Amino acid sequence: MTSPDLPAPVERPAGASLGARVRGSRLVWPALALLLLLVGNTIASPSFLGVRLQDGHLYGSLVDILKNGAPIALIALGMTLVIATRGIDLSVGAVVAIAAAVTCTWIAGSPDPTSASAALTGMAVAIALCLVLGLWNGLLVSVLGIQPIIATLVLMTAGRGIAMLITDGQIITVNNESFSFVGSGFLLFPVAILLALVVFVVVALLSRRTALGLLVESVGINPEASRLAGLRSRTIIWTVYVFSAFCAGLAGLMISANVNAADANNAGLFIEMDAILAVVIGGTSLAGGRYSLVGTLLGALTIQTLTTTVYTVGIAPEVTLVFKAVVVIAVFLLQSARVRAAFARLGRRGGPTRPVPRTAPARPVAARPRPAERVSPS
Amino acid sequence: MRPTPRLTRIATLLSVAALSVTTLAACGGGGEAAPAGQSGGGGGSDKLTMGFAQVGAESGWRTANTKSIQESASSAGVDLKFSDAQQKQENQIKAIRTYIQQKVDVIAFSPVVETGWDTVLLEAKRANIPVILTDRSVDSTDTTLYKTFLGSDFVAEGKKAGDWLVKDSEGKSEVDVAELQGTTGAAPAIDRKEGFAEAIKAAPQIKVVASQTGDFTRSGGKQVMEAFLKSNPDIDVVYAHNDDMALGAIEAIEAAGKKPGKDIEIISVDAVKDGMTALSEGKINYIVECNPLLGPQLMDLAKKVKAGEEVPQRVVTEETTFTQDEAKKALPDRKY
Repeated sequence: MTSPDLPAPVERPAGASLGARVRGSRLVWPALALLLLLVGNTIASPSFLGVRLQDGHLYGSLVDILKNGAPIALIALGMTLVIATRGIDLSVGAVVAIAAAVTCTWIAGSPDPTSASAALTGMAVAIALCLVLGLWNGLLVSVLGIQPIIATLVLMTAGRGIAMLITDGQIITVNNESFSFVGSGFLLFPVAILLALVVFVVVALLSRRTALGLLVESVGINPEASRLAGLRSRTIIWTVYVFSAFCAGLAGLMISANVNAADANNAGLFIEMDAILAVVIGGTSLAGGRYSLVGTLLGALTIQTLTTTVYTVGIAPEVTLVFKAVVVIAVFLLQSARVRAAFARLGRRGGPTRPVPRTAPARPVAARPRPAERVSPS
Repeated sequence: MRPTPRLTRIATLLSVAALSVTTLAACGGGGEAAPAGQSGGGGGSDKLTMGFAQVGAESGWRTANTKSIQESASSAGVDLKFSDAQQKQENQIKAIRTYIQQKVDVIAFSPVVETGWDTVLLEAKRANIPVILTDRSVDSTDTTLYKTFLGSDFVAEGKKAGDWLVKDSEGKSEVDVAELQGTTGAAPAIDRKEGFAEAIKAAPQIKVVASQTGDFTRSGGKQVMEAFLKSNPDIDVVYAHNDDMALGAIEAIEAAGKKPGKDIEIISVDAVKDGMTALSEGKINYIVECNPLLGPQLMDLAKKVKAGEEVPQRVVTEETTFTQDEAKKALPDRKY
């Protein structure tokens, strides 16, 4: 693991003050972006943060964000692990469409389309198929050594076609309460976000309480060195693609259950881009290696909040994409250590009477292993 | 590894990726060709050969449209070459160029977007192949580029929706409307908005308080409606540019504890089967039909054009509107 690709570790000098620790965390920027969006929404529409009980469940804009953000969060979670191994999975949107198509077609074709058993078997079949699709992606990447972007592109293009074949090009509508529960049901909180949280906690425990997370990171940093060090790189890479397809499949169930229909053309369309964006906003590098699960969750919620903002604030559809792009660029600039360093320099030049940089007291220079501009997101 | 070569590599990979997407997509389009296949140009035989470049298969409406064209072609004895552009203009232009090379008798297509067609249409004109537009129009100053445009009048559809609301709102002091627009920039979205806005001018108490795109999809309609219900709690009427978005809005309204069709009235356009079902159940109040079954009319026009007969520049498809009672009657024989 001596590759120069090794991402610089986040600087946390022992005994640093809480303020410095918070500033040093990579999570502070996505969290700040999310907070700013929420504040902006509250200014535009004062009732935005209001949450009340409606028919025994929570009701409000924040609840909508959680419910509609759950599929993106779930897919981004799978994507985080894939990206941590230096890969990328472009096929998640197609897998969403396939999972939706299989479940709805199964339920619609079963003898009793409203029964819980039809919903359960339909969902099980869909998830099983998604695992197979993940195996396929993993096979292409880990065994055959095809570049991940190309390997998953195959399924990205073909997958939507498969979904169209399954649904025969039609939108399949189902009326099944058990199925609907996955997407728009409530156990006080939306079921969708609870499901996503369960997966999230399991992954967090598995990867941070065992060595698994470390292994994933080391494979991402240098697969060859990891293999020479005795790690089964191939198995790890294979596993993350299967997991990513599982997440996408589950998200597909949520997306189709939310509207009680499978729309092979539009279900999960471009969601791979949103997922990658969520991962990047969360501070995980596309170059592989170190990853942040909480960051990804914050990133996914930021993206969903952005979408909800457009609707709540009433931004004209013609400028929606520009608005989103501007916000995303702002978040990235905020995250870039170089940009912040440049601003800090400008600030110092602007105020020559102040001899010491503002951050100096909290961070003694001696504690820094490398120049601040390059390493620490100060 | 230094970052720069890796960036270059990623860039190369991306361009390769983009290339293969287009090729694959093009192959996919070709793969769906009608049984007519590669049976050469139609110049020699007396059988009429038509090249049809479809938008894609993005909705139940479109599938019904495709089926109608394919069925009426075979029953009218027309040799149909069919391609699916998967919602991409470049694929459609490629398909049209192929039809020009194959020297088909008539080219018909449903433009994905309104602009950017002049060059390829000029090529068809120079090759003396008449072009018929179906369902959607092109935005070009040169109207000699195509023979005729067969399709719905989206502005009229929007107007019909607005007229119904004006009548329905008589005697009410204030009517707040939330509009769910179609895909931004698409002709049906622009025109249905325009027609509706024009019609409701007659009743000053009707106000569009929120208007946002739901991309013609159910989940789009649901998400937008969820947000609308929170930012504008007093919405009285939803006007959706298609049935799918209306169906999504119904779910959002129900989740908010209100009754669609009663607490909030819903007007929609299309009249696909799921929409008609909701209308007959009282969850939608009024649907303006947008008829996809224009195959027979298209074959008639193609034959007339081939025979050199004069055809009008604009042919409007026959369409109607549905109230809840009419929907109950029409539903049993609804094809799509």
